[in-house]
Amino acid sequence: MSTSVGNVEPLSCKELVELVTDYLDGALPAADRLRFEEHLADCDDCPRYLRQIELTVLLTGSLTEQSIPVDAKDRLLDVFRRWHEDEHPRSPGS
Amino acid sequence: MSGEKHLSDEELVKALRSGDEDAFGHLVEAHHASLVRFARLYVSSVEVAEEAVQETWVAVVRGIDRFEGRSALKTWLYGILINCARKRGREESRTLPFSTFDDADASDEERAVGPDRFQKPGDRWSVPPSRWDELPESRLLARETGQVVEAALKSLSPSQREVVVLRDLAGLTSAEVCATLGITEVNQRVLLHRGRARLRAALERYFDEH
Repeated sequence: MSTSVGNVEPLSCKELVELVTDYLDGALPAADRLRFEEHLADCDDCPRYLRQIELTVLLTGSLTEQSIPVDAKDRLLDVFRRWHEDEHPRSPGS
Repeated sequence: MSGEKHLSDEELVKALRSGDEDAFGHLVEAHHASLVRFARLYVSSVEVAEEAVQETWVAVVRGIDRFEGRSALKTWLYGILINCARKRGREESRTLPFSTFDDADASDEERAVGPDRFQKPGDRWSVPPSRWDELPESRLLARETGQVVEAALKSLSPSQREVVVLRDLAGLTSAEVCATLGITEVNQRVLLHRGRARLRAALERYFDEH
């Protein structure tokens, strides 16, 4: 995904956009990361794109179902309790 | 949840093995919603997804003694879930999403942003991205916005969707996702890149039009 190592040309906006995921994962080689950050510093538009991706990630993360229904959870706790008792029968005094 | 400290996998497994119901309860609460969301990718309804997740929890209870800790607990959890969900999906005779790097994803054609958004010289933005930071928080966090993301998730390829849901919704690490799905880091990142790009584009269309 990253551009060729040793390429000292500054990144274009078009190239940067394809590197955003690597960048956010910390997977860009050091030289490319430097070029990436240099471009961000000089460009008005790309920081907005990066921010949009970050917000997209946050919005995805906030999609939630309801948490487990109480009766379902109680049944599971029951299963858990019974399993534990079966596997670890209580001896007197324990 | 006050008083709840973050347990390591090792501590958690130990607590579970010793029959600690609080630990189990917390584990269930922490992961249930995300597991249902993920199971939903394989089956026809939330109800069936819930059933698959219930089966998963039971399998966790029964299997915790045998869990060797070679993978993270979360990876193990999702691995069990995938099997339960796929089985359910097969029973429902649905076409299953494959967690392989399929041909559509192997193509180099899909770019995060269409080439028409850039111009010469220098391949800089022709139609720049807008500032979502300037949107009122109420809009960003509105239910409708969530629905846009949900709908966009459905438009992803199955592999892209799996990776995006596991990474960005369930919060698994890159390594955990690779272990769970049996794909390489590079493959995973390509899928994530394209998946996120499509979601962003859907949100952009939505915010621009409303």
